[in-house]
Amino acid sequence: MKPEPLLDVAELSKRYVLKPQGSPVARLVRRLKKGPEAAPRLHAVDDVSFTIGRGETVGLVGESGCGKSTLVRLVARLIDANDGSIRLAGQELTHRRARDFATTPERVKIQMVFQDAGESINPRFSAFEAIADPLKRLRGLGGDALRAKVEETATRCGLPLELLPRFSHQLSGGQRARVGIARAISVEPELLILDEPTAALDVSVQVVILQLLEKLKRELGMSYLFVSHDLNVVRLLCDRVLVMYLGKIVETGPAETVFSHPRHPYTKALIAALPDANRPASERVRLAGEIASPVDPDPNTCRFVGRCPLARAECREAMPILEANSSGHAAACHFALPGKAS
Amino acid sequence: MASPALLVEDLSVEFRTRGGIVKALERVNFHVAKGETIAVVGESGSGKSVTAYAVMGILDPAARVTSGRAVLGALDLLKTDRHTLAAVRGREIAMIFQNPRTALNPIRRVGDQIADVLLRHANVTPSAAPKKAVELLETVGITDPARRAKAYPFELSGGMCQRVMIAIALAANPSLLIADEPTTGLDVTTQAIIMDIIAERAKATGMATIFITHDLGLAAERADRIVVMHAGHIVEARPTRDLFAAPRHPYTAALIAATPGPTSQLSDLRTIAGGLPDLRAAELPACRYAGRCARRLEGCAAPLPRVDAAASDALACHNPLPQERAA
Repeated sequence: MKPEPLLDVAELSKRYVLKPQGSPVARLVRRLKKGPEAAPRLHAVDDVSFTIGRGETVGLVGESGCGKSTLVRLVARLIDANDGSIRLAGQELTHRRARDFATTPERVKIQMVFQDAGESINPRFSAFEAIADPLKRLRGLGGDALRAKVEETATRCGLPLELLPRFSHQLSGGQRARVGIARAISVEPELLILDEPTAALDVSVQVVILQLLEKLKRELGMSYLFVSHDLNVVRLLCDRVLVMYLGKIVETGPAETVFSHPRHPYTKALIAALPDANRPASERVRLAGEIASPVDPDPNTCRFVGRCPLARAECREAMPILEANSSGHAAACHFALPGKAS
Repeated sequence: MASPALLVEDLSVEFRTRGGIVKALERVNFHVAKGETIAVVGESGSGKSVTAYAVMGILDPAARVTSGRAVLGALDLLKTDRHTLAAVRGREIAMIFQNPRTALNPIRRVGDQIADVLLRHANVTPSAAPKKAVELLETVGITDPARRAKAYPFELSGGMCQRVMIAIALAANPSLLIADEPTTGLDVTTQAIIMDIIAERAKATGMATIFITHDLGLAAERADRIVVMHAGHIVEARPTRDLFAAPRHPYTAALIAATPGPTSQLSDLRTIAGGLPDLRAAELPACRYAGRCARRLEGCAAPLPRVDAAASDALACHNPLPQERAA
């Protein structure tokens, strides 16, 4: 018996319309010869479904250009989807347009920590103002209540109160990361989206921030959607992972199982590319070729086909669907490995 | 050991800033042998890039080399005039930068940028250069090199741009390659391929490689020897296997304990207390790690033992971890 998930994303798609190819004259000639044509579309996120349970941390991994950021921005309701639904605690969020979402009561429930806190915090705001801003706008706090809440949040995030009057450029990388996190959790969201929160940090600081995130989750009972390209970090923090390739989820399952027994050839290659001093050079797997174009992809061809070591004729005839084995470990591949027996 | 490709001795660099003199490097000693790959690791601000820039002679105008030499063959790079250095750079030493897209010229085709280096440094005739540029693109694994040679940097992916950078760096068969965070910002799959290309070329031509990174895992996989820097000092330098099996400097041990590996748990990872000391201070402690170190003794205020640039092992610590630890 599964409890109702906090976040339920179903068949979500985002397509961007591109400018048609060729000069206006060439387009006119094509149109006269072949009739009206549809503008090319970039399929950034294509029919993606997943859930996040209460108190669960779900990792999202994939190469640059795979649609991670678009998916995250869709879930954070910063951009509108073309199709599909996003339900938070049973409530549909896609009815309200992204531009109006900031004024809905649901805004406080989904908050986001951006990649580089140095770039994402207003340089004219002190740490205090940066943390106070969402409390003023979304909770309507002011005066002593506001000050008390900002100080409580800063303390919770391990930010010394004497740093609150400082501006972002007067803080170290780790302190900035703490401000970025404090700002997002000050309004007590139910879902926190973390977009590469430690990518700009040194390893010594990274550990502190990861441990802080773990502590905050325990104390506040939030769910995390954690985006990272560092698979070792994802494995440390996440209960489940989603592996994305060219707008589609190709593998999902418990983090430990996905990393120890990957089922999809792409996940296998991704893990094999991690540096490992103990692995002989002969066992290194390399993905040949470049990532395929996301512009109007063939709906009946597996997206990974050009780089896949297992690709055969069937991969060009039918798109593999995400199929789970008995332990809830799913892969979208005609030749998926069985995975770890449950 | 054969004669080193590069020997850096007593290199000290200062920066003049509004806040005072920053002692960015202090008596840095290390070498890299022919055909050897060394990794320089450390946190940001440890002086990794300043070391590379000093060797290349491309330091910021606010910087001043206050002591030391960097010997490449019979030449001291820190004392040569501008014209000799310009002839050596690109021919004998080449450098790959972080973020290839900004390092390439945005308004020239990549094939022409490779041809420039060939004309300047590799005795290639103007008529033969374009063809040779396409061949070089092929050797760094670019598919359809003839078409890609006509592309501008913005038309190529980050991984492709970094391959072009490598093609430019390797065009004149340098004896020393300095790669400053060559794969930061690239995906792991691309990172693996880029590092393979550099390793293959180093093996084929006997090129020495200095590889600067903050990624200890990558350094462990790719380097023969590791040089650990902290706040402008080299604290430890050892062959990779020895260093990871039993780090001797407390800072090296702390860095390894903070790096997530394929089997580590979050609760196992250790943080490093404190931050880098303020390098503007008039009186810096002899050991710049002392303020963060759990093994500090009374005697740590004494000057550190001098590191021998030609030795393959180096350790700058009065109270190192014991030699053998149960693995």
